[in-house]
Amino acid sequence: MSTIEERVKKIVGEQLGVKEEEITNASSFVDDLGADSLDTVELVMALEEEFETEIPDEEAEKITTVQEAIDYVVAHQ
Amino acid sequence: MPRRRVVVTGLGLVTPLGNNVKDSWDGILAGKSGIGPIEHFDTSGFSTQFGGSVKGFDISEYMPTKDARKMDTFIQYGMAAAIQAVADSGLECAEENAARIGVAIGSGIGGLPMIEANHSVLNEKGPRRISPFFVPGSIINMISGNLAIRFGFQGPNIAITTACTTGTHNIGYSARTIAYGDADVMLAGGAEMATTPLGLGGFAAARALSTRNDDPQAASRPWDADRDGFVLSDGAGVLVLEEYEHAKARGATIYAELTGFGMSDDAYHMTSPPEDGRGAAASMANAIKDSGLNPEQLDYINAHGTSTPAGDVAESRAVEKVLGDAASSVAVSSTKSMIGHLLGAAGAVEAVFSILAIRDQVAPPTINLDNPAEGCVLDYVPHTARDMKIDHALSNSFGFGGTNGSLLFSRI
Repeated sequence: MSTIEERVKKIVGEQLGVKEEEITNASSFVDDLGADSLDTVELVMALEEEFETEIPDEEAEKITTVQEAIDYVVAHQ
Repeated sequence: MPRRRVVVTGLGLVTPLGNNVKDSWDGILAGKSGIGPIEHFDTSGFSTQFGGSVKGFDISEYMPTKDARKMDTFIQYGMAAAIQAVADSGLECAEENAARIGVAIGSGIGGLPMIEANHSVLNEKGPRRISPFFVPGSIINMISGNLAIRFGFQGPNIAITTACTTGTHNIGYSARTIAYGDADVMLAGGAEMATTPLGLGGFAAARALSTRNDDPQAASRPWDADRDGFVLSDGAGVLVLEEYEHAKARGATIYAELTGFGMSDDAYHMTSPPEDGRGAAASMANAIKDSGLNPEQLDYINAHGTSTPAGDVAESRAVEKVLGDAASSVAVSSTKSMIGHLLGAAGAVEAVFSILAIRDQVAPPTINLDNPAEGCVLDYVPHTARDMKIDHALSNSFGFGGTNGSLLFSRI
């Protein structure tokens, strides 16, 4: 069973077309991984699917790095 | 002031016969059929189960798959054909000329695969699961838009949508745009990928498609007595059109000159032409008039020739009406006999074939024409390609809504 961190990084890699070894916890989706505003919307949707949760828009806006995504999932498990 | 002349300096193709110009043209000259069973979805329950699919297409040859994922299939085909055409032309976009280069590439239907997929998501998972890329990934002007982003083209950017006349109208409009002085270079053409459950089912419901499921490669048989409808196909065609002096100045290879463009409408019926082909005749006559040529100067006509019972006869009538006695000496063929009907891409792909017919001095064949139907009396170049003098070639497209367009290309 993969950890939450591994699952988040896998989804980020798939959604943004980035190799997983290039993704660190500190990576910013926009500044480091080349995402645009629509990419981040789609990324949040993929996280919602993976973790069977619903992330409200005002919360989603605060998720801008890999670590922030991990923290959100952990806090809402 | 004399009209600015427009020439063709680049070509790109994605067709059921090959994913570039050479493979497609080689297949056409060999009289090969690109038609076969549709394998990308389950066609059981459909009255027609075959089409002209693009095979072995790899978008990663043209862009990162991450970008391609945001483009529906017709956009990917259009981008590939356009990128080929730009490379073929040797055109470079820089700060000085960016505003003088434009794009006009349309589609008859647009992003059916994404529409179907997102509608399923909406029904099954609700509105929050609709992709943020659904709209920008499926609307028709996004080949033109994405090309401008990729190459920096800042000139006119448009996508005309006129059913099966789309490709022809985009090319004609582009030529006018250059002749008028709004641009020096235009990428022009069309792209389509409508062999989806809704697309195939919709055209079948309109009784437009051949149902020859036991022999798909014999299904597209324009002017033949046993024809029973068209074959739905996918792909794209793009031309680089350029002002003549501009092309000469940069030492570009010039394939042909676009000497005439004509349009008309049948004003008759949503999907059927009038028996006498008067709308088609007006379109051809307008293109010939625009070129300043006489009708008898035409050597070759790449017909719309879809293999439908009504359309093929009407177009033959129209050729007879426009050319008079000269109708018996012009070569008329339908490359749709080999690649099927690419809808919004058809006019562009067939323009490329017309241009190559001039370059290579060879008329493509009409395959499957075993027994010409009653009333179909022209020289349809049956079965095998024919070496012949071609100085002037006309390409016809006629679409639902009765919309007609004709392009005239000349040797230079």
